[in-house]
Amino acid sequence: MSVHTLSIDGRPVAVEAGASLLAACRGAGIALPTLCHLDGLTPVGACRLCLVEVEGQARPLAACVSAAAEGQVVRTDTAQLRQFRRMAVELFFAEGNHLCAVCVANGACELQDLAVAVGMDHSRFPARWPRRAVDASHPLFTLDHNRCILCSRCLRACDELEGAHVWDIAERGEHCRLVAGLDQPWGEVAACTSCGQCVDACPTGALFRRQESAGDHQPRRDRAAVLQQARQQKLWRNQGEVPP
Amino acid sequence: MSGAVRRLRCCDGSACRNGGGIALRQALLAARAAAGLAEQELVIRAVGCLRLCGRGPLVAADGPGGSRLWGGVPPELASALVAAARGRRRRGQALAIPAPAHPPQAGPAPGELRLAGARLWGPCLWEPAPGRSPQPPVAPFDPSAPAASAAPAASAAPADPSAPADPSAPVASAAPADPSALVDPSAPAASVAPADPSAPAASAAPLDPLAPHQLDPHHPFFALQRPVVLECCGLIDPDSLDDALDHGAYRQLQRCLHQLTPAAVRDEIRASGLRGRGGAGYPTGLKWDTVALQPPGPRQVVANGDEGDPGAFMDRTVMEGDPHRLLEGLAIAAYAVGAEHGFVYVRAEYPLAIERLRGALAAIAARGGFGPGLCGSPWPLRIALRVGAGAYVCGEETALLHSIEGGRGTPRPRPPYPAQRGLGGAPTLINNVETLAAVPAILRQGGAWYGAIGDPACPGSRGTKVFSLSGAVVHTGVVEVPLGLPLRTVVETMGGGVVGGAPLKAVQTGGPSGGCIPAARLDTRLDYEAMAGLGAILGSGGMVVLGPATAMPELARYFMGFCVQESCGLCLPCRAGTVQLAALLDRLIEGRGAAGDLERLEELAGMVRATSLCGLGQSAPNPLLSTLRHFRGEYLQACAGGGAGDPAGGPPA
Ligand SMILES: Cc1cc2nc3c(=O)[nH]c(=O)nc-3n(C[C@H](O)[C@H](O)[C@H](O)COP(=O)(O)O)c2cc1C
Ligand code: SF4
Ligand code: SF4
Ligand code: SF4
Ligand code: FES
Ligand code: FES
Repeated sequence: MSVHTLSIDGRPVAVEAGASLLAACRGAGIALPTLCHLDGLTPVGACRLCLVEVEGQARPLAACVSAAAEGQVVRTDTAQLRQFRRMAVELFFAEGNHLCAVCVANGACELQDLAVAVGMDHSRFPARWPRRAVDASHPLFTLDHNRCILCSRCLRACDELEGAHVWDIAERGEHCRLVAGLDQPWGEVAACTSCGQCVDACPTGALFRRQESAGDHQPRRDRAAVLQQARQQKLWRNQGEVPP
Repeated sequence: MSGAVRRLRCCDGSACRNGGGIALRQALLAARAAAGLAEQELVIRAVGCLRLCGRGPLVAADGPGGSRLWGGVPPELASALVAAARGRRRRGQALAIPAPAHPPQAGPAPGELRLAGARLWGPCLWEPAPGRSPQPPVAPFDPSAPAASAAPAASAAPADPSAPADPSAPVASAAPADPSALVDPSAPAASVAPADPSAPAASAAPLDPLAPHQLDPHHPFFALQRPVVLECCGLIDPDSLDDALDHGAYRQLQRCLHQLTPAAVRDEIRASGLRGRGGAGYPTGLKWDTVALQPPGPRQVVANGDEGDPGAFMDRTVMEGDPHRLLEGLAIAAYAVGAEHGFVYVRAEYPLAIERLRGALAAIAARGGFGPGLCGSPWPLRIALRVGAGAYVCGEETALLHSIEGGRGTPRPRPPYPAQRGLGGAPTLINNVETLAAVPAILRQGGAWYGAIGDPACPGSRGTKVFSLSGAVVHTGVVEVPLGLPLRTVVETMGGGVVGGAPLKAVQTGGPSGGCIPAARLDTRLDYEAMAGLGAILGSGGMVVLGPATAMPELARYFMGFCVQESCGLCLPCRAGTVQLAALLDRLIEGRGAAGDLERLEELAGMVRATSLCGLGQSAPNPLLSTLRHFRGEYLQACAGGGAGDPAGGPPA
């Protein structure tokens, strides 16, 4: 197995060839902010929060979808990157309808955590207040589009882990929205096995269990990673750490 | 003897169809029958774009007296056109032709340069009038010249149509420079009104009803063109494989299959200096090498005919006017990179291009396919047509691949580039339609020949480029010119400047990914680097001329609105950032701007540009940033609009 060595924020790091820059950063003990990335799922590079500067590259790279390479000189915490990240979080808040105080995920939301981390107490961009719906047709779960950040983690979890591919994203640009089945009420989609993978993968309070109310949401966000490892190690039955 | 053939070429491109081209052609057929003429006595042929699309429908007449050209002819004048094509010139038509110095003449023209139906007169869309040569002298095709030395396998066929041998000859010199000579800019485009009574010829004889429609084929708009990609567009019937073959189609593919190794083909392309015409200008030879040199296994080739930029119709012109040239270029590319399967991806908004390509592919299949049918080789290339569904982002190469595979048209991060991993995981070559359509001529004449076209001052921009000229310009249409030409030549000399003689404000190039070049920089050359240096791009060839009435913040708002609509929504900066940029621009335009808005605009534009996933988001701020750079005053004024009277520029709290 070949190894790449690189420098991240001045620290030398060695990673397996083929590892992502995100893995390399973690190897160096640096926690990059991420939203669309979830261990155990294929990365897509959609939220642009994990951007890092690599010497010799004209623009910053999304660490989750970029391979680490020999000799790279990487910076993860420049003033420019901090500005970009803060603007990204502001854009997320301005784009949806986020009222944390009454949200199921209050206290367990990755977007909220990020806002705290980048020091965003308000968005400088005017809120769009889009008209979005809530899909409460499923017997076990609810989808609140107002809090959806279109990260597609639910879609990938359903497709890659459960193999059901219930979710897709319809429309374009600001009108993008998550759709179940053939743009049906979720509860009518026969392909849904009610496994709850999507709910556990969701970084925000957009997907939650029906009975949850404000602040109740306690997703198992490591479920995807655990399942993926279990598969790699051929642990086909629930054993030890594999959640129900 | 072909010179004696009298022929009417009726433009059957989209623009001319919209202008009533089909009705006119039918009226011409009826008029020919009414005049008791046989088909061979007056050939009436549907052809691709004749370039001056803004005056459609266009009709060109070729005869022993040279070529004549009419635009905006109503069907009622069909019999007059037939009469004119038969050589019955009437007085009065001198109105629009400044100097038809030679009377019509029977018999073969002295300047005749035809051989067995194949032109030896590359850059001339028009038969030269006797004794009058708007083009530089053309050296005859020399079969011993190195580039073309390997005669095609089917050497008994008519000789190759050979483009001019001397690319350094000044194309421009012989042409008249009066931009108003082509048409009277004050006359409405399709006017059938009598000609200007003050014109000298008008009073002498009964007025020729065609006179107001007559155009001058020697006007710089035509004369300064250098058709390479479009050398057969407007000459051949795009629905006829035989016509294309008569004009040399697939001759270079035959030569490649029988005489050249794939590496030799790539050498020729690399030597030509050809760069991608789809916008980014990536060296084509390098891209072909990258695909060819991937580990062994299947490969794919794709022609990108999505062309979604507003104001761009170069690729449409190629696909509608000469579909076989694109297919030959794609087939040669496939041979050069080792692919046996390819796709042509065309946007659904181009129904005529789709129809022509479908017909072209069917005609090839009916002959037995590219290899066995056209080239006598077992080479099994198959090419399929895919029709897009109207998303601009599907022109982006990775989104296009997703679309071909039946998925949602969203881009993915690169690397891996399609050249490494594309359709079905196979290395995939994606080139723009115009890039591929340049390939047959490059192989015929040699890479060095193509590389010599252009201005020595612009070493990075070789060959010719097709531009679509539109907006507030007098002559709207398609021009193919050598790169390195000053923008002014295209816009003022060829295009005739701004309608009504108004001063030009700027030229927008590259559509929603591009920028504006202000009037003061009109001497900028058509050069990838020079234009990028000004914050604009050479882009795919859209060129929109802006008159004094255009407000730059509104222009920026228009393009930002386009990106808001066309963003695929995958990545945040483009999906949400363009929306906020558009909202900020709205505020400025509506006079609600506040102090600090310009800085906010620039900061957000910089973020969207730097952090978006694909080229759409990365270039979406370009029109805004380039107009901010060259017309900042207009933005400052708009900002001040809301807070008038406040010297600090702040909003009245
Ligand atoms: C948003 C976007 C739209 C694009 N649209 C087109 C298009 O319509 N036609 C095209 O040829 N290339 C388009 N491109 C460029 C292609 O991604 C690709 O670079 C090109 O087809 C490569 O061909 P070339 O090297 O011959 O230029 C677009 C790129 C982006 C980012
Ligand atoms: S999803 Fe997260 S950010 Fe949005 S309202 Fe809920 S807790 Fe707040
Ligand atoms: S529902 Fe949740 S996981 Fe799915 S796209 Fe929206 S925010 Fe992401
Ligand atoms: S930049 Fe725009 S078009 Fe490109 S991936 Fe992002 S959202 Fe989609
Ligand atoms: S975590 Fe890398 S782009 Fe979202
Ligand atoms: S389409 Fe007829 S001249 Fe261009």
